Amino acid sequence: MQREKLLAVNDHFQLQYEEKQNCYVLLYPEGMVQLSFSAGEIMSLCDGTKSCEGIIGELTEKFSNDAIGSDVVEFLEEALSRDWIVYHEA
Amino acid sequence: MTGSYIMKPEKKTVTPPLWILLELTHKCPLECTYCYNQLDFANTKDQMSKEDWFRVMEEARAMGAVQLGISGGEPLLNKDLLDIVKKANDLKFYTNLITSGVGADISIVPKLKAAGLKTVQLGIQSSDEHTTTLITNNKTAFKDKMAFAKACKDNGLQLIVNTCITRQNIHQIGDIIEMAEWLGANYLEIANIQYYGWALENINALLPTREQLDEAKAITNHYRENRKDMKVFFVVPDYFATRPKACMNGWGSTFLTINPDGMALPCNTANTLPLTFPNVKEYSVEAIWNDSEAFNFFRGDSWMKEPCRTCDEKEKDFGGCRCQAYALTKDMREADPVCSKSGFHHVVTSKVEESLTSNQQPLYRNKINSMNIIANRLATSCK
Repeated sequence: MQREKLLAVNDHFQLQYEEKQNCYVLLYPEGMVQLSFSAGEIMSLCDGTKSCEGIIGELTEKFSNDAIGSDVVEFLEEALSRDWIVYHEA
Repeated sequence: MTGSYIMKPEKKTVTPPLWILLELTHKCPLECTYCYNQLDFANTKDQMSKEDWFRVMEEARAMGAVQLGISGGEPLLNKDLLDIVKKANDLKFYTNLITSGVGADISIVPKLKAAGLKTVQLGIQSSDEHTTTLITNNKTAFKDKMAFAKACKDNGLQLIVNTCITRQNIHQIGDIIEMAEWLGANYLEIANIQYYGWALENINALLPTREQLDEAKAITNHYRENRKDMKVFFVVPDYFATRPKACMNGWGSTFLTINPDGMALPCNTANTLPLTFPNVKEYSVEAIWNDSEAFNFFRGDSWMKEPCRTCDEKEKDFGGCRCQAYALTKDMREADPVCSKSGFHHVVTSKVEESLTSNQQPLYRNKINSMNIIANRLATSCK
């Protein structure tokens, strides 16, 4: 993946935190994915203002953990291949 | 201590609805012969104000519902459509408009996008104008649909092409796939229709043969293997299956439909059953979902008869569809007769046989035909 490019949730999907389900969900036509805690944390930072590097930086600081980089990259690559997120042209 | 629990009625777990379908009106400019709407739809009046729809959406959302379908009839005919879409989007529903693309000026498309609409499911009957007119009894439908699809793409709306397959168009599957791709559809749903309402009335004119079905499946698979830009879903008609579908993911488990008169239903056709369904003008969505007799009627498995009651697949398909069981056996507790274990399975197989040799002409789904059916029922019941 291109680690310097800005990332955003695909406009055809809808990401939101659902109190009733106690997690982030990703909605698409007639369907829903419940995201794990870490997937939700990563996806919620794909807001069109941050790149992969930026997201790693922010989460490393938030969770005081230097070892999360490869997990974040792995998830973002998966999310890109599923079209959940796209590169955002600023 | 445990003994005191033995006589208690079965504990039914109620999970909140996730999918709400608003049928804004049963009026429709098209008269498709395969429509699942009730034969007596002419009796259903539009009685829900904009504020009524707003309240239903607020209550369902508070319970945890996330998906909203806006349908009908033709939802474009409801003058409050844009306000309803905007409200749904403000509430953070994922919004799906299920439409024929006929019935409103094309200028509504950018307004729908601006109101926050996420996705359009556009019904397409054929890849050509003549067949579209034949199926819909509407001469401008094909041109209107093409214009609507283009406007959706031009305005950045996600486009899902839904095509309902019957004997009238099954030979066109390849062309319909090409057309959906040309229209820029993000998904194509090839739905072999299920036989309810008008479709059941017209089954002899609509049911394809197994050979036609196999060929359609092969064409779809060929497309899927060779090109991947558009996702294609293929819904098999249950008359050719030996196990029933897990209808609605289980009665009162996931899905809630509201009719144009405010009647709440666990599935689109549930009011063909001899049950009394509550109305959202009288009760809250929460009370209807959790406490009404109708929504609890087929929850759990204590309602089941044999062969379902002791069947090791009952957790998987919940005995199939209650409406189909009632329509074909006159007993809503029977196993869905699509199932080969059902004592009524022969009803399905003989319908398939009968349709092969029938030359019945289909009846269009329109108000006059609906009123005639209502009048005939009354005449029969008075005799």
